[in-house]
Amino acid sequence: MTDLNVETAIAPAPRRKVARRGPIVRALGRFGANRYAMTGLAVFGLTLAAVVLMPFVWKDPNGIDLLAINKPPGAGHPLGTDGIGRDVLARLLAGGRVSLLVAGVSTLLSTALGFFIGALAPFGGRFADAAIMRVVDLAMTLPPVILLLVLASITGPGIVPTIAVISLLSWPLLSRMVRSRLLELRERDFIIFARGAGAGPWHLVMRHGLPNTIDILVVYATLQVANAILLEAGLSFLGLGVPPPAASWGNMLNAARSTVVLQSYPWQWMFAGGAIVLTVVCINLIGDGLRDAFDPRADLE
Amino acid sequence: MLRYTLKRLAAGAAMLIALSMLVFILLRLAPGDPVDAYIDPMVKMSAADMARLRAELGLDKPLPVQYLIWLRDVLHGDFGRSLQRTGEPVLALIGSRIGPTLLLMLSGFGIAIIFGLIAGVVSAVKRGSVRDGTLLAVAAVGVSSPAFLTALIGLYLFSVVLHWAPSGGMLTPAMPFSLHDLLSHLILPALILAFYQSALVTRYMRSSMLEVLTQDYIRTARAKGVRENRIVSHHAVRNALLPVVTLIGSTLGLAVGGAIFIESVFNWPGMGLLLVNAVELRDYPVIMGSTLVIGAWVIVMNIATDLVYAVIDPRVKVS
Repeated sequence: MTDLNVETAIAPAPRRKVARRGPIVRALGRFGANRYAMTGLAVFGLTLAAVVLMPFVWKDPNGIDLLAINKPPGAGHPLGTDGIGRDVLARLLAGGRVSLLVAGVSTLLSTALGFFIGALAPFGGRFADAAIMRVVDLAMTLPPVILLLVLASITGPGIVPTIAVISLLSWPLLSRMVRSRLLELRERDFIIFARGAGAGPWHLVMRHGLPNTIDILVVYATLQVANAILLEAGLSFLGLGVPPPAASWGNMLNAARSTVVLQSYPWQWMFAGGAIVLTVVCINLIGDGLRDAFDPRADLE
Repeated sequence: MLRYTLKRLAAGAAMLIALSMLVFILLRLAPGDPVDAYIDPMVKMSAADMARLRAELGLDKPLPVQYLIWLRDVLHGDFGRSLQRTGEPVLALIGSRIGPTLLLMLSGFGIAIIFGLIAGVVSAVKRGSVRDGTLLAVAAVGVSSPAFLTALIGLYLFSVVLHWAPSGGMLTPAMPFSLHDLLSHLILPALILAFYQSALVTRYMRSSMLEVLTQDYIRTARAKGVRENRIVSHHAVRNALLPVVTLIGSTLGLAVGGAIFIESVFNWPGMGLLLVNAVELRDYPVIMGSTLVIGAWVIVMNIATDLVYAVIDPRVKVS
């Protein structure tokens, strides 16, 4: 009995196995039944597909048509052209690629950072916990945009610095949530048992911590994509994010900082703005749907 | 209560010191040599002259010492000078920008709180109605629209298309000061700031009201025959306000972030515009000074929120 198998020891009795679906399956079922979330998912899916696939069939986003400068939407250029004759639709699609890429990669990075730092706090000893939580407090003191500006003033513009700056800034909230969940988990019998059976911190975090925080991670990651889109757009809008000639939804809006463009060529910035709002609304609907679906109280209804 | 206040103030001061260290270290990591700002590129300098200049500026000392010197100066009100040609003292620059930012933020928040609370209560009381649905949809758009976009659209719609409001700035240049002039410049940016904030307040107030309306004491009041209007105004709203106070307090600090974009679109001469311009020009003393001031504002707002909360909610144990 020295080599006790944890899996079989705590497995439920076989006859209960058929009757119940797992909590994640039930949550996904609830998510699927949420009309708003499904609409959001559908529209976001279409946007993603358009942004990923359309640049293969549509014009070059940096191609210049000198005969069509500042042309309003019409034949040939469905969304018009910009000040140097580039097709706005092509730039919108290419910009969406960049914006969603920046958002996606920075979300992955900040989710991983947030999870591991949050897990380090409860399982890494009291000193690590206190130190980490002070850093989190500090990072959450300032409005994100301010730190973003300070960091951006150091790194300078560019796609990679923008991703780095956004990920470095977004993990504290997640760490805090992961930490409080794991602190609660640490006192539960199955964790005490696993520790008694000789499980190390890595095993505890990956085998027990991860599955038990998956709801937090999924909801955070979804909403963080929306957040990151807004942060990237904000930075690029101020000219500190993705630099031209690459397009992003944010730096297309930057054009509207010129009074002439704002007044006379609204199509050059309005579509980018619309794309941002549409995408963010969809992602928020998906995120809210996921949060409701994973809410443990939902099982009681 | 006094002990609690002092404790929170001490924690806030520690936070501010930590923040100043963070910003100091970050900006020392920035590319470029701080001494460059003091050199005229047209004049050739020998290495010995450079070294003397560094020693004079204290740049040859170890980083912690440099930090302490800087901190001493800051405590004496000396934030250094802007690296721009005018070389204005940072403190004076910040001083001239705080007023406009406070004016913008407070008027925006005033509008947002009044509107958000009313909309939240109406939406919760008429749950499931068309009005509720409309308010929720507007609020969803409100919290999803970034400040720079609403600011652009507002500017386009109300100044370019409709000519209802001036297109930027705080006062008409070369005109004697008049309250009417100030208000006409203020109204549009304040409303745009209020759009996002009131959407946030509406959502919070609605869910807080819905939660309160299911409580036993509401049922008791109904059973006693209290009129529905009175239940809402006297029993529900008061209790539902508690979590909303926290929200308002914390966003009053964080809203500086959104104000940056609004100020930059409307050319509003506040802290946000100062910071953005400083970042564009890499004017590090100004970046540090304004970051610290904004940080101090957020910390003070958080402490104030906690204190107000402790006063209005008797359940919060002050210890």
